Amino acid sequence: MRRMKAVSPLGLGFTYVFLLSVVAAVVFPILWILACSFRSGSSLYSPTLIPRQVTVENYVNLFTNPRFPFPHWAWNSLKVCGASALGAVVITAFTGYAFSRFRFPGRRSGLMGLLVLQMFPGSMAMVAIYVLLNALNLLDTHLGLILVYTGGAIPFSMWLAKGYIDAIPRSLDEAALIDGANTWQVFWQIVMPLARPILAVIALLNFIGPFNDYLLARIVLTSDVNKTLAVGLRDFVTGQYDKNWTQFAAGSLLTSIPIMVLFLLLQKHFISGLVKGATKG
Amino acid sequence: MREPSRVGLGIARSRESSRRRAWFASALSIVYMGLGQLYNGELAKGFLFALYHTVILTFAVPRLLRALEGLVTLGTMEGKDNSVFLLAQGLLGVIVGGSLLVFYVLGAVDAFVVARNKAAYQATRSSRAPARTFRAAASPYICLLPALILVALTVVFPLLFGMSLAFTSYDLYNSPPARLFQWVGLLNFKEIFQIKSWRGTFASVLNWTVVWAILSTFTCFAFGLLLAILLNNPKLRFRAVIRTILILPWAIPGFISTLMWGGLLNTSFGPVNLFLQRLGLQAIPWFQEVFWSRVALVLVNLWLGFPFAMTFCTGLLQSIPEELYDAAEVDGATPWTRFAYITLPMILYAAAPILVMQFAGNFNSFGLIYLLTGGGPPVFGRRGAGGTDILISWIFKMTFDLFKYNYAAAVSVLIYIPIAIISIFNLRSTRAFREEGMMG
Repeated sequence: MRRMKAVSPLGLGFTYVFLLSVVAAVVFPILWILACSFRSGSSLYSPTLIPRQVTVENYVNLFTNPRFPFPHWAWNSLKVCGASALGAVVITAFTGYAFSRFRFPGRRSGLMGLLVLQMFPGSMAMVAIYVLLNALNLLDTHLGLILVYTGGAIPFSMWLAKGYIDAIPRSLDEAALIDGANTWQVFWQIVMPLARPILAVIALLNFIGPFNDYLLARIVLTSDVNKTLAVGLRDFVTGQYDKNWTQFAAGSLLTSIPIMVLFLLLQKHFISGLVKGATKG
Repeated sequence: MREPSRVGLGIARSRESSRRRAWFASALSIVYMGLGQLYNGELAKGFLFALYHTVILTFAVPRLLRALEGLVTLGTMEGKDNSVFLLAQGLLGVIVGGSLLVFYVLGAVDAFVVARNKAAYQATRSSRAPARTFRAAASPYICLLPALILVALTVVFPLLFGMSLAFTSYDLYNSPPARLFQWVGLLNFKEIFQIKSWRGTFASVLNWTVVWAILSTFTCFAFGLLLAILLNNPKLRFRAVIRTILILPWAIPGFISTLMWGGLLNTSFGPVNLFLQRLGLQAIPWFQEVFWSRVALVLVNLWLGFPFAMTFCTGLLQSIPEELYDAAEVDGATPWTRFAYITLPMILYAAAPILVMQFAGNFNSFGLIYLLTGGGPPVFGRRGAGGTDILISWIFKMTFDLFKYNYAAAVSVLIYIPIAIISIFNLRSTRAFREEGMMG
């Protein structure tokens, strides 16, 4: 930027010092947990950052120790989040298309209603969700959790999808209709391929959201083998498994790495979408 | 001269008769669904609607009436009736009954529209036209149906249920299946505001919730903006590397970072306190004192949240037109005035909706508080709430520790109000923003 011309060498020096300290504050916790995962014993305390004895015992334990079914948790998280993301994509594709392309009685109030519902976090209805799933015999099942996540995702994701589909020119639909396509063909062969980027964003958001959710997973899932990673990993440090910090560190790293890779690969796409959304309205 | 007037009279007459026919068709549909369609000559649709009406009348209506009765009484036989289920069934009955009613009305509207259109189409003798309009009219609803059902079941119903509990006596001592609970009107709200310990707890928790939401939103945004501006300096080297490193906290799953910080800040063994002690400073009682617990929350939230603000502000900075700065420079503006009169207003304007959303999110950031401090440390004389509990985590504790479902629901209802206000405000600001289109 032009206005930065005025920055003096001294100012630049301060900038470097400041940025370096922020970088240190960001990197240190990550290094600490990395070191922690290779330490023997289970305690939090360590006199040095780099462990004196490096061991992979914690990682091996994750997959072999029958006391904490870590592979189950990982699979559960993958299953629940994947299904929620897929459900959200399919449903919001239809919903966004309907709200964008059709003019029908109830459209405006439907849009408004979803906008207001989007402001209510799902966590505020926890008792009711518990009772509902209990009545439907879906407590401690992944299906119940998936339904709640998918339903809760619709209001916000629908708005994303609708906004994107609005920007796809209607003349394309009309041309196809003149060529004899029906509404379904317009949806499936014209609009959906063009809406792929936003569907990818919706899938990603609705994968990461449930992945990070603790509250609902904790309420719905009770048995050990059904837990997701968020619920399971917390048990390591709250005492159910004798406050095993090194074990927690190993589990956390294995959990974070795929998510981090996914995030860093895709960040450019959704960041630009985010900023465009804010600057273009 | 005579011809046009006769035609005009004919149109007027036929319009009047077609309107009468349309009203008659919809009246028939109200009497029994499908009759209006049969009257319009749509046989298949008419029989289908009539069949639907019969099925609803014989199977759904008696159940709906029973559900509504249960909703009113919430059970009469202790040990046999279950108030929770009766309430849930009653509310589902209201939702289902409401949608059936909408469909009932739509049937009448359909009969009206078809009858009117038919008169208009009679000139062209196109018999296919009405059927086609029906299909076209139905397709958006078919697209919306799965979303509608899921949202009604997992979003609307729980919200209604939660609100309803606020007006009942559902707590540990009135807990089904052994006991029943009743409708108590506004009693819970009255008690929360009249019983001193509850009022005190509510006031202090609300107070901290608001302070927390403001502090956490503001710190993340201010820090992110500062970093964005610093990193926007082209003279700075390794900018891409620094940006990538600084974005890392955003990439790590939030619950993991939060739990990790719980260890880092551990008072006796955590590396942060060890480091402070090595510098010759006192160990900080992060999770033992209310003040330091709050500081810890704000700091950890900052660590988690600044990358988003930074990235967002970087994008916004790059979208500010260069000419504005050139013009300011010509006018002799200092760097500070350029920041205060160009950068900041432009960014705040574009970021306002996001900031409001983040504020609302922080207002209910259960995960961070529950996983870092657990709401603690405990405070004497509080009803179940610790020193860092915000409303949502207090509600959680009232529900799952104290089993005061009714008070938890009443407090939830009290949260709905500011959230509704915020959402309306946000709606307005985004629309105003869209219409004005300041950023082009």
